[in-house]
Amino acid sequence: MSTSSTPPEIQVRDLHKSFGTNEVLRGIDLEIGQGEVVCVIGPSGSGKSTLLRCVNLLEEPTKGRVFVGGTEITDPDVDIDAVRRRIGMVFQQFNLFPHLSVTENLTLPQRRVLRRDKAEAAKVAVENLRRVGLSEKATAYPASLSGGQQQRVAIARALAMDPEVMLFDEPTSALDPELVGDVLAVMRMLANEGMTMMVVTHEMTFAREVADRVVFMDGGVIVEDGTPDRVITNPQHDRTRHFLSRLLDPAMAEVDDEGSAP
Amino acid sequence: MTPDLQLQPRAKGLTRRQRRRLSQGAQYAVFLAAVIAFAVTADWGRLKNQFAQWSIAKQMFPDVITLALKNTVLYTLSGFVFGLVLGMVVALMRLSSVGPYRWLAGIYIEIFRGLPALLIFIFVGVAVPLAFPGTEIVGGTYGKVALALGLVSAAYMAETIRAGIQAVPKGQLEAARSLGFSQARAMLSIIIPQAFRIILPPLTNELVLLFKDSSLVLFLGVTLEERELSKYGRDLASTTANSTPILVAGLCYLLVTIPLSFVVRRMETKTGEAIR
Repeated sequence: MSTSSTPPEIQVRDLHKSFGTNEVLRGIDLEIGQGEVVCVIGPSGSGKSTLLRCVNLLEEPTKGRVFVGGTEITDPDVDIDAVRRRIGMVFQQFNLFPHLSVTENLTLPQRRVLRRDKAEAAKVAVENLRRVGLSEKATAYPASLSGGQQQRVAIARALAMDPEVMLFDEPTSALDPELVGDVLAVMRMLANEGMTMMVVTHEMTFAREVADRVVFMDGGVIVEDGTPDRVITNPQHDRTRHFLSRLLDPAMAEVDDEGSAP
Repeated sequence: MTPDLQLQPRAKGLTRRQRRRLSQGAQYAVFLAAVIAFAVTADWGRLKNQFAQWSIAKQMFPDVITLALKNTVLYTLSGFVFGLVLGMVVALMRLSSVGPYRWLAGIYIEIFRGLPALLIFIFVGVAVPLAFPGTEIVGGTYGKVALALGLVSAAYMAETIRAGIQAVPKGQLEAARSLGFSQARAMLSIIIPQAFRIILPPLTNELVLLFKDSSLVLFLGVTLEERELSKYGRDLASTTANSTPILVAGLCYLLVTIPLSFVVRRMETKTGEAIR
């Protein structure tokens, strides 16, 4: 489905994931090309976050294979730490290290994981804080920042590792509404710079304007996969339409009768 | 019996406020009566003779500080450091994915938390030299005390450290792993530093407990130079046939434990503020 001619950056084949008897992913096939921005949407419990977490092996797939940059990360012998260095991840809850200052949040992983020297790590940190517009917060601690600022630092922390792919797990869901815009602006900038991005989100405006492709998931399978125009503006499936109408106008939702749910 | 009885002033015309004042006054009166009774009935003259002989107290200085208190502090710190290292190992074993490690750590914790510290001291003093004849514990008495105090405190600290590690949100480990940290490196650089901030107050409490438990060293048999506060006070009390040294030794303990408790309280309010 990718329009680029280079091999796909992310490739997911027949991915299954169960938690106990609960089958969360029931056979996912997905390809994301280099420089592509793919938004994954869907109702809660549809498995979209689990899919994202399988792409850097925070969740171990039950069955199936995942390739990132040509390396099979589901190979039991893979150096997973080496693979993860190439994949940046941004969490819903930011997960900044609270005992470290903003700058240390950016420099410690570079120094411990990439073995960069002090000066270089500091230089990269300054550069990335500037990119997310938070240079003046370099010495602050995470607790003193707003949610939006924390999330932008988290993005800068991931970028400081020079990743080839960025994964975003509902990056704006824990934010106050007025802080969402700053984070989305940073993500939009990354997309324009050509970063390969996989974004689990409920921000339809962002998906429509920034994504190259939108994937709609429900019940552990991909229901629809296509351009934002096709999936969001002109969905082919009832389940997609139902989800979008609820999302775009939550006040209009009706109480479902038993069994009439999509 | 009207239904709104509760709202009416009670018998004897006492209002709620008056009754509250009366009850409070009674509590003060009981307290005062107890203090007076104690002050009048105790034989202060004899107490003073036995516990507060200035001349005896004076001859304890400076040895009580330069020797006895110094040794108490040395014993405590060496036991604390050894206990902290061992407790760390036991805590990590307790969290290990290897079953036998978990069981071993569990058994260790149950045994050493369940035994009186006194028995451990006797065990270290008698059983260890018996079991390994010819070997000397490194550091002589200091090594033995470190071992005995360490063995006891490690069991408590292991549980504290484990709780601290588990109190660090799961997202911290995920964030570290997703940045490419190995499991061990993530523990060392990210999780354990945060765990220690959480457990600093309980660890300091453990230090206070150890400080007092160091008095058990007298069951190991010590030379004159190795005496700590309790032993020193007791020895002097028997040579002078007076209990003043006991009182002075006690005051020396408080000299350290009260500021430490104060520090713990300060830390607890500070961590309370820092945690969101």
